[in-house]
Amino acid sequence: MSATLLIRALRDPAFAAMLDTSAWNGLLAAARAERLIGTLALRLEGQSVPDAVRPILTDALADTARDAQQAIWEADRAAFALRDTGLPVILLKGGAYVAAGLSAGRGRFIGDLDILVPRAGLEVAERALMAAGWEWVKEDPYDDAYYRQWMHELPPMIHGERDRMIDVHHTILPLTARPTPDAAAMVADAVPLGNGLFLLSAEDRVIHAVAHMLADGDLQGGLRNLWDIHCLLADVEPAVLAMRAARHGLSRRVAQARRLAAYLYGDGASLTPWDRIIAARLSARNGWGQETRKLLVFAFFVRSHWLRMPPLMLARHLFTKWRKGHRPQ
Amino acid sequence: MRHAVTLRIGPATFRIGSAWPQPIAQLSRLYSAYPDMAGHIADFTVRLQPTNMARRWLRPSIFITGDHGLADAAPMSLAHGLLAAEMGMNLQMALGWRRHLLLHASSVEKDGRVLVMTGESGSGKSTLSALLGERGWRFMGDEFALLDLITGHILPFPRLVSLKNSAIAVVEQAVGEPRMGPLLIGTAKGDIRHMVPRADAVARMDEDAPPRLLLFPRFGHAPAIRPVGQAEIFMRLTQASTNYVALGQPGFTALTRFVRGIPAHAIDFPDGDTAIAMVEELWGNAP
Repeated sequence: MSATLLIRALRDPAFAAMLDTSAWNGLLAAARAERLIGTLALRLEGQSVPDAVRPILTDALADTARDAQQAIWEADRAAFALRDTGLPVILLKGGAYVAAGLSAGRGRFIGDLDILVPRAGLEVAERALMAAGWEWVKEDPYDDAYYRQWMHELPPMIHGERDRMIDVHHTILPLTARPTPDAAAMVADAVPLGNGLFLLSAEDRVIHAVAHMLADGDLQGGLRNLWDIHCLLADVEPAVLAMRAARHGLSRRVAQARRLAAYLYGDGASLTPWDRIIAARLSARNGWGQETRKLLVFAFFVRSHWLRMPPLMLARHLFTKWRKGHRPQ
Repeated sequence: MRHAVTLRIGPATFRIGSAWPQPIAQLSRLYSAYPDMAGHIADFTVRLQPTNMARRWLRPSIFITGDHGLADAAPMSLAHGLLAAEMGMNLQMALGWRRHLLLHASSVEKDGRVLVMTGESGSGKSTLSALLGERGWRFMGDEFALLDLITGHILPFPRLVSLKNSAIAVVEQAVGEPRMGPLLIGTAKGDIRHMVPRADAVARMDEDAPPRLLLFPRFGHAPAIRPVGQAEIFMRLTQASTNYVALGQPGFTALTRFVRGIPAHAIDFPDGDTAIAMVEELWGNAP
């Protein structure tokens, strides 16, 4: 299992010295598939690695440096577009980590720009972004309506000139999910970064990452999300985190994420049987970078829908998607 | 993956895995003169996998992916497996290579200097490089010319030449059967047949050289030579490069130097012989 190699190398970079060529091929393929190649490259700085590996890691670091530069520029453009709205622009995920210089942002792959604005300001934000050149990408009226009625974010928009995507969130979980985090409290406690930009408090950053990984989605990219959590945990006060998690209805998930992060990337932890199933899902990748344990992966795909909406609504949603020709892979 | 081979082409090493034996057997035959890289660490992994579980056996259908892939890549028939493997390697280079500026161009070398030819698919750049490679030039590549960011030299990337439709017969005659791959009928780009570059092109695939002349060939027109302004060249080359944006400032600097440093012409030609005569003349006149 090459995902296991990746986890081990991230936890203990000196482990890389013991790898043979076939293990290296598997490690690199897994790191790329999990979008952790930049993080791996950073962890392996100063380790002795084979000559053929060195340029691959150098390329990965250059790519993440460019990602970071682009992410900061996109954040700046969003703040500029929203400067007259009076709304705080709260950066989420990769963009926030990089803009604030957090360890979770170092070497991280960054895709879209994710921001959080107060729900009452959503329409104003949407108008201001469109005036500044962002456009809708979801052309399907069902998808568009679905986002607006049930999701925690606006349908994604893309900038016409820069071709970069923005996700505008108003809370951190779909409105149909069972836990209902207190988004207003998150906004109130956000930390200013300057230039109209903010980031969530240290505890809320962990809670958001946990909600994203364990209470939403099918654990695609879970190793990267868990690495984020592992890094973000270093900045929190455990007692404050526990209080904050209770407030957002995510105590169980946060505790689970702490066990998983400690088990896979840290000093170890004892896992529950359910933790072990998640850990098995997270390491489902072979030496070619392909996903394995197909049944388990599919089960988590089903679970992601189950988490996201009540059964009747789920049935209606799946039927609509199926009629439109969508099939799970 | 059940079947695999590791190939090195110029500076890039590819580990290619396949759910079926045929594409790997064809690659192994056609790349037999290339360095044996079995057991080496590869820059890229390429995977030829079934589009879904049933498609391994039943009307086999290949999904091309790897370290870098496109979610909406069109599935390909197993009969076109060799082409799928070549496309898989191209995909890794196009999306993942960062060590040089990639130009979507063919290149050939003579007297230690390089002729670069760029143009869209169907412009004749591939065929022209293949024909020149049989007539006293060293073939360096038909798809990507790698521009070194520091030295400004062109590095070879001499993979198999992919010949399309009417170009197949022209080149077949010139090189002979043993250097030709299987004829792939009815691909998305029509009929395709791959050609193995001459032994000297493979043996010297680590030798770079400075550029001397840039041409924009166009097949299927009466012979004509037109000047091309540097601003237009620059714009066309940024569009012909898949990693220009990703490389940032070093890419800009290298491309600017390339465009300023060598003469460029657009050439129209009706057939290979005319084109070669035009190329030789322009080459002779280049500084």
